[in-house]
Amino acid sequence: MDAIILQVLNGLDKGSAYALIALGLTLIFGTLGVVNFAHGALFMLGAFCAVTLQRLLTLSFEQIDPTQKDFLGNPLKVQVPYVDSWFGPDVGAFLIDWSVPIAILFAIPIMLIIGVVMERGLIKHFYRRPHAEQILVTFGLAIVMQEIVRLFFGANPIQTGAPGVFTGSFDFGVLIGFGPNAIIYPYWRMVYFLFAVVVIGAVFAFLQFTTFGMVVRAGMADRETVGLLGINIDRRFTIMFGIAAAVAGIAGVMYTPILAPNYHMGMDFLVLSFVVVVVGGMGSLPGAVLAGFLLGILQSFASMNEVKSMIPGIDQVIIYLVAIIILLTRPRGLMGRKGVMEE
Amino acid sequence: MSDQKKGISRRRVLKTGLAGIVATGVAPTIITNAYGFTNEPTGSTVKFGFNVPQTGPYAAEGLDELRAQQLAVEHLNGIGDGGMLSTFSSKALKGNGVLGKQVDYVTGDTQTKSDAARAAARSMIEKDGVVMINGGSSSGVAVAVQGLCQEAGIIFMAGLTHSNDTTGKDRKANGFRHFFNAYMSGAALAPVLKTAYGTDRRAYHLTADYTWGWTQQASIQLFTEQIGWETVNNVLTPVGAGDFSSYIAPVLNSGADVLVLNHYGGDMINSLTQAVQFGLRDKQVNGKQFEIVVPLYSELMADGAGANIKGVYGSMNWNWQLSDAGTQAFVKSFGEKYGQPPSNSAQTCYAQVMLYADAVERAGSFNPCAVAEALEGFEFDGLGNGPTLYRAADHQCFKDVLVVKGKENPSNQYDTLEVVEITPRAQVEYAPNHEMFGGDEATLGACNPGA
Repeated sequence: MDAIILQVLNGLDKGSAYALIALGLTLIFGTLGVVNFAHGALFMLGAFCAVTLQRLLTLSFEQIDPTQKDFLGNPLKVQVPYVDSWFGPDVGAFLIDWSVPIAILFAIPIMLIIGVVMERGLIKHFYRRPHAEQILVTFGLAIVMQEIVRLFFGANPIQTGAPGVFTGSFDFGVLIGFGPNAIIYPYWRMVYFLFAVVVIGAVFAFLQFTTFGMVVRAGMADRETVGLLGINIDRRFTIMFGIAAAVAGIAGVMYTPILAPNYHMGMDFLVLSFVVVVVGGMGSLPGAVLAGFLLGILQSFASMNEVKSMIPGIDQVIIYLVAIIILLTRPRGLMGRKGVMEE
Repeated sequence: MSDQKKGISRRRVLKTGLAGIVATGVAPTIITNAYGFTNEPTGSTVKFGFNVPQTGPYAAEGLDELRAQQLAVEHLNGIGDGGMLSTFSSKALKGNGVLGKQVDYVTGDTQTKSDAARAAARSMIEKDGVVMINGGSSSGVAVAVQGLCQEAGIIFMAGLTHSNDTTGKDRKANGFRHFFNAYMSGAALAPVLKTAYGTDRRAYHLTADYTWGWTQQASIQLFTEQIGWETVNNVLTPVGAGDFSSYIAPVLNSGADVLVLNHYGGDMINSLTQAVQFGLRDKQVNGKQFEIVVPLYSELMADGAGANIKGVYGSMNWNWQLSDAGTQAFVKSFGEKYGQPPSNSAQTCYAQVMLYADAVERAGSFNPCAVAEALEGFEFDGLGNGPTLYRAADHQCFKDVLVVKGKENPSNQYDTLEVVEITPRAQVEYAPNHEMFGGDEATLGACNPGA
């Protein structure tokens, strides 16, 4: 039982990432009708916003320490962060320690700008083109983005730690009545799950309870009529693209302590997130979130030794297997709407 | 209506076709066969192929290999300080190219995938006319490219490949490996683990699901069981999985008190980090402190894993902190050119390029069979690993093996690992027909010059 609960917890943090990426993907598809295969790359760019901020905060000047030697036998050059000298060692250390959460503030404007530039500069030229062409161009864009990141940050994963207070793990089992050491779960993964719930809630609230959101939802339902009312729906959809990019970006920022960012991490998430969108139902926001958590948990279960001993290799195919079953029984996905991609 | 009247004569068709054949690169293959061996260099240059992962989970290792290969070419051509040319026990190389020809090179990206690696190698052989391919990072790739080189009739000087199979069941007459292997890691590590953690331990293995992971796991299991450890479980994980948490979680309740991570490169960085996040290193199991072992280390992995590596044991082929003259000459050259010390994957590629060039000089020919003969049974020193033998029976180098540990108090950013023991060569040697290396059925086959 404790192993099952542990895998559910594991699935929640993975599912949170799937849900956040799929939410943006389906938001873009629902508003602009574009299948954005560069969305995984936006998640990766968000993660590298955290890496960039960490590097900015640790920008240092050199001090020669004649008592120590470097690897070539020369006097060691000690790096002293500028923030330490500007704000004092305590504040400097705090800023560096909390660089990941702080990076959310850094990533939101950057990702909004990237999203808007991407939509205005490239995507809008493909609105009336077939989905296959949209997929090709956005996939190509994703490759360009990841190669640029590799050029600047190299190919190795880059460790980006959580704040010291959230490192390590806690005994979740004791909280729910199990013995000690039965269910150990890292603090940051729980933080990530809660963060995802808050972001998903905020996106839904924005769409549900603001005038802007109401217009966007109306535009998703009937773009032409909303346009005839004199509302510039294109501008709002562009902003939604930016918001979707920002959601993917901050999802990437907060994921960095869980998975050390590398230039191709977006591709790993993209394919799974696309399956999540299809399983949830193209264009359905609640469907994307539901399917994200569902597939994340199923993937975790499939990795259990007991399951793998019964069906070897199931952990590699479970998501696709479930996608096939759901699409055979519910061709529009779990919560898909009639008429979407059915022309 | 005849072709003549349309302006297309049979002669013109033949001419055009012939020009097309030459232009599309089919010609080199045809011309090759007129000589004694594949891609015999006829001009003033000779071309080497460097086939390394520039993308994928082992890309950081591959890019470091490439740096070392480029440095080796410079030194062979007489550029720079000559690196290990001055410390190499063989004095056949003079820094004026190889057999009087300047060395040129082409690079390929294996993407850490066997099919991509073979495609890149084939292009190098057929289009670029390389006489030798050096590279690896991933034994799956090395075995695949070695097989291709055997078929094509050129020499394969393996880079980073640690699977027993490379010079075991998949050994080839045209393939040579300087890097150590999984069996040697097990033989070197087990006595150190016995001293550090005792004989009553229960090990849980997470293993990369391909030839290297399988043979490393089998080797470590063999040697740790010889010192009294029990193997609780072995779980295969996909290469490039990224998030290993679902594989790590079951370790917590398995009763194991040691986790052996048979992972490499980016995978090892992620799995080790996630194991630490799940609190494994803080756990007490069976009344003992839980420990993690990473049998195959690299400086780049240690750098990537950061503080998580502290106190974790592993093994290496070479380390830049060794004090011999060859190591110091190489670290100086590499460090001054690239601003960082070389990894052990870089060193093995550098050594392999030097060993190939030296063998060509001693053989007096680029003919792969003459080169192979010069390498077989070759004993040398001065390339950073101490006295080394290229065993003729399986084309595996035999030399001392390093047991290392993540350093508790690094003095600088590159000071991540400390050498805790230099295991003597005699302790890691084995018979060429050892059952872990294909037994009696494993043979090199005949050298293929490609003619």
